Amino acid sequence: MTATVLRAVTLPDGSRTDLKLSDGLIVDDVPAGAEVIDCDGLIALPGLVDVHVHLREPGREDTETVATGVQAAARGGFTAVCAMANTQPVTDTAEKAEHIHDLGLDARDADVAVIGAISKGLRGEELAELGLMHRSRAGVTMFSDDGHCLMNAQLMRRALEWVKPFGGVVAQHSQDSNLAGPGACCHEGELSGRLGLGGWPPVAEAAIIARDAMLAEATGSRLHVCHISTAEGVDVVRWAKARGIQITAEATPHHLLLGTEELVGYDTVYKVNPPLRTSEHIEAVRAALADGTIDVVATDHAPHATQDKDHAFVDARPGMLGLEQALSVVIETMVKTGRLDWSGVADRMSHAPARIARLSGHGQPLAVGSPGNVTLVDPERTAVVDREASRSLSRNNPYHGRDLPDPVEATFLRGRQTFRR
Amino acid sequence: MKHLLSIADLSRDEVDSLLATAEEMHDVQSRPIKKLPALRGRTVVNLFFEDSTRTRSSFELAAKWLSADAINVSAKGSSVSKGESMRDTLLTLDAMGVDAIIMRHAGSGSVAQAAGWVKASMINAGDGMHEHPTQALLDAHAISRHLRALGRGSLEGKRVAITGDLLHSRVVRSNVLLLDKLGAYVVLVAPPTLLPPGVETWGVEVSQDFDAVLPDVDVAMMLRVQRERMSGGFFPSEREYIDGYGLTPRRLALLPDHACIAHPGPMNRGLEISSAAADAARSIILDQVSAGVAVRMSVLYHLLAGEES
Ligand SMILES: [Zn+2]
Repeated sequence: MTATVLRAVTLPDGSRTDLKLSDGLIVDDVPAGAEVIDCDGLIALPGLVDVHVHLREPGREDTETVATGVQAAARGGFTAVCAMANTQPVTDTAEKAEHIHDLGLDARDADVAVIGAISKGLRGEELAELGLMHRSRAGVTMFSDDGHCLMNAQLMRRALEWVKPFGGVVAQHSQDSNLAGPGACCHEGELSGRLGLGGWPPVAEAAIIARDAMLAEATGSRLHVCHISTAEGVDVVRWAKARGIQITAEATPHHLLLGTEELVGYDTVYKVNPPLRTSEHIEAVRAALADGTIDVVATDHAPHATQDKDHAFVDARPGMLGLEQALSVVIETMVKTGRLDWSGVADRMSHAPARIARLSGHGQPLAVGSPGNVTLVDPERTAVVDREASRSLSRNNPYHGRDLPDPVEATFLRGRQTFRR
Repeated sequence: MKHLLSIADLSRDEVDSLLATAEEMHDVQSRPIKKLPALRGRTVVNLFFEDSTRTRSSFELAAKWLSADAINVSAKGSSVSKGESMRDTLLTLDAMGVDAIIMRHAGSGSVAQAAGWVKASMINAGDGMHEHPTQALLDAHAISRHLRALGRGSLEGKRVAITGDLLHSRVVRSNVLLLDKLGAYVVLVAPPTLLPPGVETWGVEVSQDFDAVLPDVDVAMMLRVQRERMSGGFFPSEREYIDGYGLTPRRLALLPDHACIAHPGPMNRGLEISSAAADAARSIILDQVSAGVAVRMSVLYHLLAGEES
C-alpha cells in the first residue's frame, strides 16, 4: 500500500495540517518512503460524492461504461457516485443491481453505489423488488425512476412505505407529465414562445414536489428531490423542511450556471431535463443551496452519443456531461460569489450526499481514522474547457470553450491516487 | 443572403427587395410560357420531413419556372426510421452538391441547425412551431396586391387580426415579425389556452373579443385549428370554439367593406372559417396560393442567382 503526505494542506475550515494517507485511512504517521506532496496553497476536501449519475452500462456502452464513468468522476474529484437505474435493461432486480455493483468493484476509480428503479421497467405501474435489491450484494438504499416521473400517487406512497423499514430513500424526477408533456423541452416563458419550443412550466415541478412531500409526511419516509430547477420548487422544499418532513433536494451544476438563453441557437448540447431556466430561478437555486434548503450538488451526468444529439431540438436526447466540471461550476457560482465557503462545499458535495445515499465510507471529516478519501484542490487554477480532453466516452459537454476554474489537482480513494493532474 | 431561416434575419430593405421581385415573378406566372432562365444549372431539393402538398408543389413550381432542377425528398419513414440522425440526412444531400435545400420539419429550429451543417443554402419551409417565413412573405404580397387594387396604399398603418391556434402556429410567428417590419398593426385573437407564452412581449395587441376586433380591421387572417388538439383540452368543443373565434356568417357582417379575409390553408370549413367567409368576394385565399409561387421564385432568385455574379 502506498502512503502519501499532503504537506501543509489547508482543510475546509481554514486550518493547515499535514494529511497522512496510509492503509486506506487518514493516519497519524506514515511509513518511511511515503510520497510527499507540497500542498502550499492547496485545499483538501473530503472525497466528493455524487448521488445522481448515468453510467449507461449496460445497454449504451458506446456512450459511457462504468469504467469510463468513474474515470470521469475521479477527474472531477469524486470518490463515490450513485448510478441511476435507467440503463438497458433497467436496474429493477437484485441480479441487475449486483451486476452493476460488480462492474463498479472492477472499475476501482470511484465507489459505485447502485440506484434501483422504483417501478418495474420504469413503467410506473408496479413496484420493482425494492427489498431484494436492498438485501442483495449491491445493498441498494436509493430508488429512482429518474428520467421518468412516478406519476401514480398511490404507487409513490407504496414505494415510500416499502423502503421505510430499511431506511431507503425514494428519489423523484419531479415532472408532472401532463403539465410538461411530450415535446416539453424548454422552460415555459417568453423564450419558448419565441423559439416555438414546447414549454415546461415551473409548476410541473413544484406540484409534484408538493404532492410527494405530503406523501413523505404521511408515510414518515425519506424523499429526495432530483435536480430541482425552479424557484417554486425550492419554496415547496423550504416549506416542507420547516414542517419537519424528511425531504432532501439536489441542484445540478448546469442549473446553477446556465440559463435559457443558451437555447437561442437550438444547440442540442443545452437540451436537458428539467430544462435550463431563467435568471430568477438560477438565483433561487443558488440561494437555496447556500442556505441549505437544497442539500447537495448532484451532476445528473448524462453522456450521449453525437448521433443521439444530431436531431431537431425536440427530438434530441436530453442530458449533458457533468462530472468533470461540477466542482468548477460550484466554485464559479457559489464560492467566488461568496455564497459558500469551503466547509459549505465539503458539506454540499461530500458530507450531505454521503448521508442521503447512506454511504458510510464517504463524506467523513478529514481526521485521523477516517477513510483516505480526499480531493486536493487548487482554488486559483482556471482553464478553458476542452470537450476532447474528457475522460467520459461522450462529448456532450455544455462547458466546452468556457474559461472556468479547473481546481482538481488529485483525487485519493482510500489513500490510492485515482487522479493526478 | 445565404439562407432564409427566419423573418427576424431580414432587414426592411431585404423584405422590400424580396417583395418587389415577387411582383415581377407574378407577371411571369400569368404568361403562357412560364419559364425564366435565371437558375439554369442550379439544383434545389425539397426535403420534407413532414407532409405538405401545398408548400412542396409551390416550391417545386417556383424552382422549375426559374429553370432550376428540382427534386423532392420525403424523409419521413425513410432513413430516419432506420435511425439516421437529421444531420446525416442533410450531410448526405449536401454531399451531392445541391445548391439549395428547402426543408420542412416538425422540430422548431431544425432548419437553422441544418444551416450550420451544410454548404447549400437553406430555406425554411416551416420548422415546427417556430417560423414559416415564405408564408409570411406571400401573405404580405397577397394583402398588398389587394390593398393596391382597392387604392388603399400599402400595409403601413393597416390593422391585421390573426385569429386561431396561435400557440402551435409557425405562421403567426413569421407574420408578427414581418407585419411589424412593414409598419402594420397586429391584433392577435385566441383563447388563453392557445396563446404562446410570453406573447405580451411581442409588441402586439391581444384580445379574446373577436366581435370587438372585427369592425376595425383591414385584414382578418384566420389560422387552422388542428382538430387533434381537441383531446389536449385546449378547448371544450368545436361548438364553443366557433362561438368565440370562428369567422361565422354573422361575424363576416362585422367586417368593414374593404377588409379582406386570408387563410394559409388547409382550411377547416365550418370550424375556424365558414364557407360564406372562405368563398366571399373579399376572400384572398386563392390569391395567397398564387402569391406563394411568385414569392418562392423571388426567394430562390435572391438566394441562388446572386452567387453567379
Ligand atoms: Zn431526471
